[in-house]
Amino acid sequence: MWLEGRNGSGKTTLLRTLCGLFLADQGEVLWRGVPVKKAPDDFYRDVLYLGHQNALKLDLTAIENLQVLSQLAGQPVSEEKIEAALAKMGLAGCEDVAVRHMSQGQKRRVALSRLLISDAALWILDEPFVALDVAAVELLQSIIVQQVQGQGMVILTTHQAVPLPAEQMQRLSLDRYV
Amino acid sequence: MFKSFLTVLKRDLTLALRQRSDLFTVLFFFIIVVSIFPLGIGFEADTLRKIAPGVVWVAALLASTLALERIFANDYADGTLEQMLMTPQPLSVLVFAKITAHWLITGLPLVLIAPLAGLQYHLSLPTIGTLMLVLLIGTPVLSMIGAIGAALTLGLRGGGVLISLLVLPLYIPVLVYGAGAISASMQGDVSLQAYYLLLSAFLLLALVFAPWATSAALRISVE
Repeated sequence: MWLEGRNGSGKTTLLRTLCGLFLADQGEVLWRGVPVKKAPDDFYRDVLYLGHQNALKLDLTAIENLQVLSQLAGQPVSEEKIEAALAKMGLAGCEDVAVRHMSQGQKRRVALSRLLISDAALWILDEPFVALDVAAVELLQSIIVQQVQGQGMVILTTHQAVPLPAEQMQRLSLDRYV
Repeated sequence: MFKSFLTVLKRDLTLALRQRSDLFTVLFFFIIVVSIFPLGIGFEADTLRKIAPGVVWVAALLASTLALERIFANDYADGTLEQMLMTPQPLSVLVFAKITAHWLITGLPLVLIAPLAGLQYHLSLPTIGTLMLVLLIGTPVLSMIGAIGAALTLGLRGGGVLISLLVLPLYIPVLVYGAGAISASMQGDVSLQAYYLLLSAFLLLALVFAPWATSAALRISVE
């Protein structure tokens, strides 16, 4: 699902509400038919959220960061798998570099490597293409397409096009409601 | 669940060791405050012995509030806190790991350096023993109460000062009984059991409620 809207229309707020980080005044969020509030653990096991911030610790290396994050997500991953994911994101050789010493785009690539090591059914991505170069944008587009074709779901906000056939993609614009 | 506890604990300790300023600011603040008092008051052994319990405890309280803001502020700024809120484990377990790490980084060093303070104030060896023991029971309480304050003031401007205002009054019971135990141990033949039991009761109470209250406060603050 592609969430559109101009700046300040509430895209991020909507995504954070879906994640349970922001409490809605009205209505409820359902996951597989069950209110998320009643079974938060089941929901959080299936969801991967990547916000504006990369959620990386600057003083940890790329591998350490991903190990911590995958453990927190309840899916501990082997070091080889993380290395493979980093290599695929074009970060081979940077595994043991502290994230502090990476460029903005490289940090984003590390954060996006989580997509490759997670088997969450639902990805919630807030502006995932920010700070990426052309090659990385293409790579991320293909990763998103793969997730959708493998029965996964992606909800994202972006100003970039996602090359998915129309029947597999819903577009939701927030502008009408403002 | 226990593995996540260890993961967060290990992560925070690794971070503290790579960024050692937190560890040393608290420790040096404590040492300096404790050393400044004899300079101002005079070096008479009797006077120093009399004020030692209060001075050491007040220095410990102030030192522990110094680092409180950073328990959650960094995680909040870089987005890792959001990831912790979105985990399929109880948040209070992760919070407890963070509090434990915070105590190991800021509380335990105070306990270990306390004999140095004791020597400056001409305390006898058994009294120094008591001092270390009450600090060992008391400082975790400080970390836990402090974590609630830190979570509540997260993301506010000037949060650092606000934490102190919020948390220092809550430290009073620990201060009273902690300093009381040290004074009593100087009398020699007084039983200290009551002090230890009361301080341990504070510790248990904080252990039960602090992680839970902190988690609730975090959820509100992140919104």
